[in-house]
Amino acid sequence: MPGWVTDLFSNFWVSLGGKLLLVALMIPLVGMIIGFAEMKLSAKMQSRVGPYFAGGRWGWAQLIADGVKFFQKEDLIPADADRPVFKTAPILVLVGTVALFVVIPFGPNLIFRDLDVGVFYALAISSLSTIGILMAGWSSANKYSLMGGLRAAGQLIAYELPLVLAVVGSVILAGTMSLQGIVEAQIEAGYPFVVIQFVGFGIFMIAALAELSRIPFDMPIAESELVMGYLTEYSGFRFLFFFLAEFANMFTLSAIAATLFLGGYWLPGVPEDVLEFAGPIILITKVFLLVFAMIWFRWTFPRFREDQLQRIAWVWLVPLALLNIVVTALLKVIL
Amino acid sequence: MTLDSETIRHLSEASVSVELQTEDMTLNIGPQHPSTHGVLRLVARVDGERCFDVHPVIGYMHRGYEKLSEVRTYPQITTIVNRIDWVSGYCNEIPFIVAAEKLMGLEVPERAQYIRLILTEMQRIASHLVFMASYPLELGAATPLFFALRERERVLDLLESVTGGRFHPNFNRIGGVKPAYASGSTTRKLPQDLPAGFLQDSRDAMDKVREAADELEDLVAGNEIILARTKGVGVLPPEVAVAYGVSGPNLRASGVAFDLRKTENYLPYDRFDFDVVTAENGDCWDRWYVRLQEIRESVKIVQQAIDSIPSGDLQAKVPKVIKVPKGETYVRAENPKGEMGYYLVSDGGQGPYRLKIRSASFSNISILRWILEGILVPDIIAVMGSLDFVLGDVDR
Repeated sequence: MPGWVTDLFSNFWVSLGGKLLLVALMIPLVGMIIGFAEMKLSAKMQSRVGPYFAGGRWGWAQLIADGVKFFQKEDLIPADADRPVFKTAPILVLVGTVALFVVIPFGPNLIFRDLDVGVFYALAISSLSTIGILMAGWSSANKYSLMGGLRAAGQLIAYELPLVLAVVGSVILAGTMSLQGIVEAQIEAGYPFVVIQFVGFGIFMIAALAELSRIPFDMPIAESELVMGYLTEYSGFRFLFFFLAEFANMFTLSAIAATLFLGGYWLPGVPEDVLEFAGPIILITKVFLLVFAMIWFRWTFPRFREDQLQRIAWVWLVPLALLNIVVTALLKVIL
Repeated sequence: MTLDSETIRHLSEASVSVELQTEDMTLNIGPQHPSTHGVLRLVARVDGERCFDVHPVIGYMHRGYEKLSEVRTYPQITTIVNRIDWVSGYCNEIPFIVAAEKLMGLEVPERAQYIRLILTEMQRIASHLVFMASYPLELGAATPLFFALRERERVLDLLESVTGGRFHPNFNRIGGVKPAYASGSTTRKLPQDLPAGFLQDSRDAMDKVREAADELEDLVAGNEIILARTKGVGVLPPEVAVAYGVSGPNLRASGVAFDLRKTENYLPYDRFDFDVVTAENGDCWDRWYVRLQEIRESVKIVQQAIDSIPSGDLQAKVPKVIKVPKGETYVRAENPKGEMGYYLVSDGGQGPYRLKIRSASFSNISILRWILEGILVPDIIAVMGSLDFVLGDVDR
């Protein structure tokens, strides 16, 4: 590589710009891939065809067409809405998602920023989108939106705790909170942490579903009860923001689960010098397996009731996660 | 949250009110709402997620069919009654036609009666399958919809092959039935009959429907979340159900074995062997399960009827211009939604003097206010869905 190219990329602002561009492109891309997968897979599960005409074959251009459609729509804001809050909410939701990409290691050197408190940062920033949802629900001046927003807040309180507690097991095993460090610890140990942390993994995935408000925990949206929950009054590109954020969030939370429990960009038996190139592919494969499971649940289960969700969180998940921590710590000390 | 004078005095005397006074919210569910089956409106007073008073508002679908019937002739009214409960259009025709025939003293040929019975039961299967499809959807599960509607299509295809209509068959004539044009010549004087191969097709379809019922039971009954959402929710005790005039599967789910197919002889049901399905608890789950079992019973009836269908005419001798003799009668039938009855008053003319329609859904949703009191908002939808009403049947 010529010297000036290396110089150019080692410049802080250029590399920052490059990374930002990458993330900015990744969100719509990931959103579209997962959105399309959801359409096609749900169709398969329900003996339908799914999108078929857009783009010629398999309807591959369906989501591009949808995106264009959203931009053409009138940007409606209800007369009674709290305008600044109403406008900020979708941005906040999307920011929470984008910021999560920062700490995900795609390869041994392929990470936007390896924070020492990566796990902590990821969990904290992922709850940012719930604040966006609450804002959306509150500012819409719609009773259904309000109920949806409040349900989202209740869900956040119930599920943030198991989510954090589930992660602690992996952190104890790795001895670090950096996501890169956790992957390296798994390489060193020679097995993905899910072998020991299967309870933690299960709790994490359940709590992640609740965090994403996907069926069976989609009470904040609950189409048959709250029309569209906090999304009721949104249209056009603001709706698109929520839409993209949901799918990109599925990706990022699955990526964190894959990193913490499934070995991240590493696969047992793959030589380490290949990981530089194969890493992203391995990680994305794992992520899509988890995303598939989420889509599968979505089209299989009905939704819980709000009180049932709280009971699951406080009666089952939190004690189980605490027990998991104790057992993991004991194992760590004994072995 | 009504405050009696005692409490108010107590509150005014106490300097600090311990209880946090919150304002309750009036939530308008409908007329445009995904889960109100059309245009039912519920004005609910809710405190958070708890709803403590529901006021149903009906009438958005009123089409004035009772009044309209007074200016129509008898054959024309068949097309109107089709549209009362559009999910089971065929069944609506039967009690009306039977009422007219009863006043005229007509003897309907056996074969026509059997065809009416077969199609009625098929329509019952189709109607119950719509419920099987839409109820899990209201709980958030989208997939059973497609499984159930696929089977319903099988049944509707058969109905269409005989009657020419999927939703509004308009098939019964006073004194018999009239198959669609495609199933026979109408220009020459050849007798029309069921389309060729209909009986065999029905037999095959019934086998498939029975398999589908098993599949649906696996899919829905095997789901823990559905059980958690429906068991013990919206319990309707038998005394209350009877007091409000609830009928059909909703009544039987509460444990009252009342089925007009067993007690009235509007169609020759007494020749077939079938059970009246009942359940014990009267909750949402039982209402779902009773309907699933009724699909199985209907399959049994159709199969027996196909095996024993007699040959003969499809139409009794009737005059060209139908005039019903003076008199009045009430004929009721077991429709998929419950008891459907027509009180027919004739003054001897070409149309009825007065036609009072007793529809099942209207009486069934009168329970809403009682049953929705004090439950959670998500359960409003679960209970409302389990009552399986059609707004056309409520407002007429």
